[in-house]
Amino acid sequence: MRTKRLTGAIGTALVLLLTACGSDGDTATTSAPASAPTSAAASPTSTAASETIAAPGATTAPAETSGVQTTAGAPAAGTPTELGASEGELNIIVWAGYAEDGSTDPAVDWVTPFEKETGCSVNVKTGNSSDEMVQLMQTGEYDGVSASGDATTRLIQGGEVSPINTDLIPNYADVFEGLKLKPWNSVDGTPYGVPHGRGANLLVFNTEAFPVAPDSITTMFEDGPAAGSISVYDSAIYIADAAIYLMATQPDLGITNPYALDQDQFDAAITVLKAQKALVSQYWALYTDQQAELEGGTVLAGTSWQIIVNLAEANGAKIGAVKAKEGATGWSDTWMVSSKAKHPNCMYQWMNHIISPEANAAVAEWFGEAPSNAKACNLVSEGFCDTYHAEDEDYWNDVWYWTTATERCLDGRTDVTCVPYSDWVDAWAELRA
Amino acid sequence: MRLSIWSRLSLRGITIVGLVFLYVPLLVVAVLSFNKADSTLWPPSGYSLDWWRQAWDSSAPKDAFWQSVRVALAATSIALVLGTLASFAMTRFTFFGKSAVSYLMVLPIALPGIVTAVALKNTFLREIDLGFVSFKVGFGVHSIIIAHATFCIVVTYNNVVARLRRMSPNLIEASADLGAHGFRTFWSITFPLVRSSLVAGGILAFALSFDEIVVTSFTAGPGVETLPQWIFNSFGRSKGVPVTNVMATVVMALSIPLAWLAQRLSDSTHALSGR
Amino acid sequence: MALPPPHIDVSMTIAITDLEHPTPRRTGMPARVSRFFRRRRRLSLFATLGAPVAWMLVVYIGSLLVLVAAAFFKLDENSQPTTEFTTDNVTKALTTGAFLEVVLRSILIALAVTAVCLVIALPMAFYIAKVAKPRWRRGLIVAVLLPLWAGYLVKGYAWKSIFAPDAGKFAARKGGGFLEATIGWTPGFGKLAIVITLAYLWLPYMVLPIYAGLERLPASYLDAAGDLGARPFRTFVSVIMPILIPSIAAGSIFTFSLSLGDYITPRIISGGKEQLIGNVIDLLQQQNQALSAALTLWPIAIIIVYLIGMSRLRAFENV
Repeated sequence: MRTKRLTGAIGTALVLLLTACGSDGDTATTSAPASAPTSAAASPTSTAASETIAAPGATTAPAETSGVQTTAGAPAAGTPTELGASEGELNIIVWAGYAEDGSTDPAVDWVTPFEKETGCSVNVKTGNSSDEMVQLMQTGEYDGVSASGDATTRLIQGGEVSPINTDLIPNYADVFEGLKLKPWNSVDGTPYGVPHGRGANLLVFNTEAFPVAPDSITTMFEDGPAAGSISVYDSAIYIADAAIYLMATQPDLGITNPYALDQDQFDAAITVLKAQKALVSQYWALYTDQQAELEGGTVLAGTSWQIIVNLAEANGAKIGAVKAKEGATGWSDTWMVSSKAKHPNCMYQWMNHIISPEANAAVAEWFGEAPSNAKACNLVSEGFCDTYHAEDEDYWNDVWYWTTATERCLDGRTDVTCVPYSDWVDAWAELRA
Repeated sequence: MRLSIWSRLSLRGITIVGLVFLYVPLLVVAVLSFNKADSTLWPPSGYSLDWWRQAWDSSAPKDAFWQSVRVALAATSIALVLGTLASFAMTRFTFFGKSAVSYLMVLPIALPGIVTAVALKNTFLREIDLGFVSFKVGFGVHSIIIAHATFCIVVTYNNVVARLRRMSPNLIEASADLGAHGFRTFWSITFPLVRSSLVAGGILAFALSFDEIVVTSFTAGPGVETLPQWIFNSFGRSKGVPVTNVMATVVMALSIPLAWLAQRLSDSTHALSGR
Repeated sequence: MALPPPHIDVSMTIAITDLEHPTPRRTGMPARVSRFFRRRRRLSLFATLGAPVAWMLVVYIGSLLVLVAAAFFKLDENSQPTTEFTTDNVTKALTTGAFLEVVLRSILIALAVTAVCLVIALPMAFYIAKVAKPRWRRGLIVAVLLPLWAGYLVKGYAWKSIFAPDAGKFAARKGGGFLEATIGWTPGFGKLAIVITLAYLWLPYMVLPIYAGLERLPASYLDAAGDLGARPFRTFVSVIMPILIPSIAAGSIFTFSLSLGDYITPRIISGGKEQLIGNVIDLLQQQNQALSAALTLWPIAIIIVYLIGMSRLRAFENV
């Protein structure tokens, strides 16, 4: 009796669902994918006409076409040639600590001066990972983002961001030449954003657990004083760290770039990570989580950022940090403007502001990274730029900046296909489950 | 039931242990909000009002608090209207698919928040093309309100429907027999009877929306920060935790009278029934 | 997600106050409109039920269908949906060993939380409803419900700090969290800690329906059982429990489904080490939405099965 009633109920529910899905189902299948090609097709015409910044909704050229249209030296087609009036508002996606307005520490504030100067009130959305940032940009609700190299490629190829006209960003001239027009922030000589700063993912360790300071990436993957208390960055991009370990310990695999892994090399990296699970006590996503456990002494070694090390040390944690001698992964962040930006003028002004010597120095010191503006080194505290190797290009030679893996091998191999980042993601989810 | 003194004492003991279990974390939070250090270790290293002063001085937590209030009020209003309508229909009429509708109402709280959140986010970011009109919900405050209203409906619905089921249909018939028309009956009989359950359902819906984080973080637009979002972001900031302890203590204190009122109104009849 | 307590069902005996207008008044606009609707029941059904059902179907069911549909489309290299149909994601979500393991783990944790809640809630509810002095009852039940109003996130972090072990020589500051400092023992940050925290968060949802069920239980039943010579334990097993089954089932819907889908508590407590199904869905939501959507089929299916099971125990007659 009861069963019958219930079956009836479920049956009715299904009927209701099916009628409802007549319209909803259609939208799901057709509208979303259809919109992308349409806007791409429309863009060459809409961009050619635009004198000033593209109006909201007008999409700029996607990556494939921009390469053709660009001539070196001149601003890329589709970029604005002059700035219009401030729109009064700015919505940006940032890494934690990149847009401080004094609410964390009243002395740390480079947003309020910007707001006063430009009249753009800034809404900050903190992205906790590159993947989340890409996701947020895909909503089209934001004007810009501070993207790391593993997000920039996806944003450019997905048409989420526009090329920029660096003439409208006076401070661009002072950016270290070593950071300009790199694969992660440009396409065929067309800049897609302004370099913000860079850092290496460090090996952090508890100085009391390690009588002799470690300097090798093997600390993370092999038995040792920190076994069972290791802290790992919780993102698919961490697979590259395992690849660097393999580059040093299993040269036979022939890995030359940790972001260009064929299937065999990739499988080997996953095997290493599976074995590592037994040593790990934490997979951190929020940097304060790792900071807390470094202070609590429950994490004895891990992959870390300089800012975490600084904050934990300030609270008395007995730790040290080095760049592993085998090389390390790292990041080089780029401010990019959304192709659907509703407040592009404010975004351009922000990009100029954030790489100004003052703001760039303030961010670099607060976040703990090497500034991108050469003049910022005059404004930071004594020795800061040395600590962070801002001007020391040799230091960065063995830093593998986060990059999105693609099927076309990034190391130039053509005889094999590489494992694309989407498969990294699935493998990481499976590994973590 | 006659229970031995030992049974009574042990039941009382378990209840006290249960209440201690429920309140220890809240007390820990309240005490830590007065901690001198930026630490959650026990016992606190000293006491100060620094974090309270900081919470008072900074605008972000206060803005977030009022943002949450606005969202919760809007979502509760929608939920009250839709939930009440549904509860009237479900108690008045019999129709094909009635039990399916009652399942439909419960679904948003039975399914995990992450499923609701992911589903709504996926839909809000799509261009919805209905042929004659095409639009996108997008993300802002409105998207949070729509999402919250969806899972708040069940709360108001449950409260009112239970009250209506208890209501004798004779009352309405009597009213009609005495010559009152439908609206008159509603205004004079039905509404006074369900009024307290509306308030109780409204308070519960408000509380539900006010504290929601999962669906909120998936549907919030740029520049929108509710109190739970602010708290979540604070955990990701250095030295953010002590101020969240302050805000949590404030919210707990404010909610005591509301919780009391909601409870009183949900079973206001209990006192009258003399059981 | 914190949820409101399930409704307490109580009998309705409010005095009728406003009946002093018995004179028939059958003219006038309102009367005519109301007669119009009374004659057309279908129309009035539509007028009352139309809006709420439309909202639920369009906003909620519509979104769920969009989500399920998203699981069946291939993504391009930039994780954007294409129009290409594929069952790869669903197959992967339903057959990969690691995912099956995390689903099983989530179910076991949800069941453990439900069991813990039940063991604590039964005697508490019984004491409040049947043993405590009547004038204490409301205060006690409000005391049980009040913690629901304190922020979910704050309570999670509070437990994290309470569980903090004393890491001894490696820690920056000596000492551990509340438990370590007071009783010298802590479960650490593992599965046990997650179960305790979840049980804490959802306990009121179990106490409330059981309390309501006990309140409805006439005292005469218990007295009759006693008069017939049943010992309290016997009375409990043969009289109280059968009547309480629907209440327990109703409460368990909350404890089970809220625990099953929770991903924030495991992340806060275990520092990302222990994953439940919600964590995997959340992680993939940022990276591979199609696979993430496919994985939501698990909780949807489990909850539907659970709801069916509980409705056989008459849980819905109580909620």
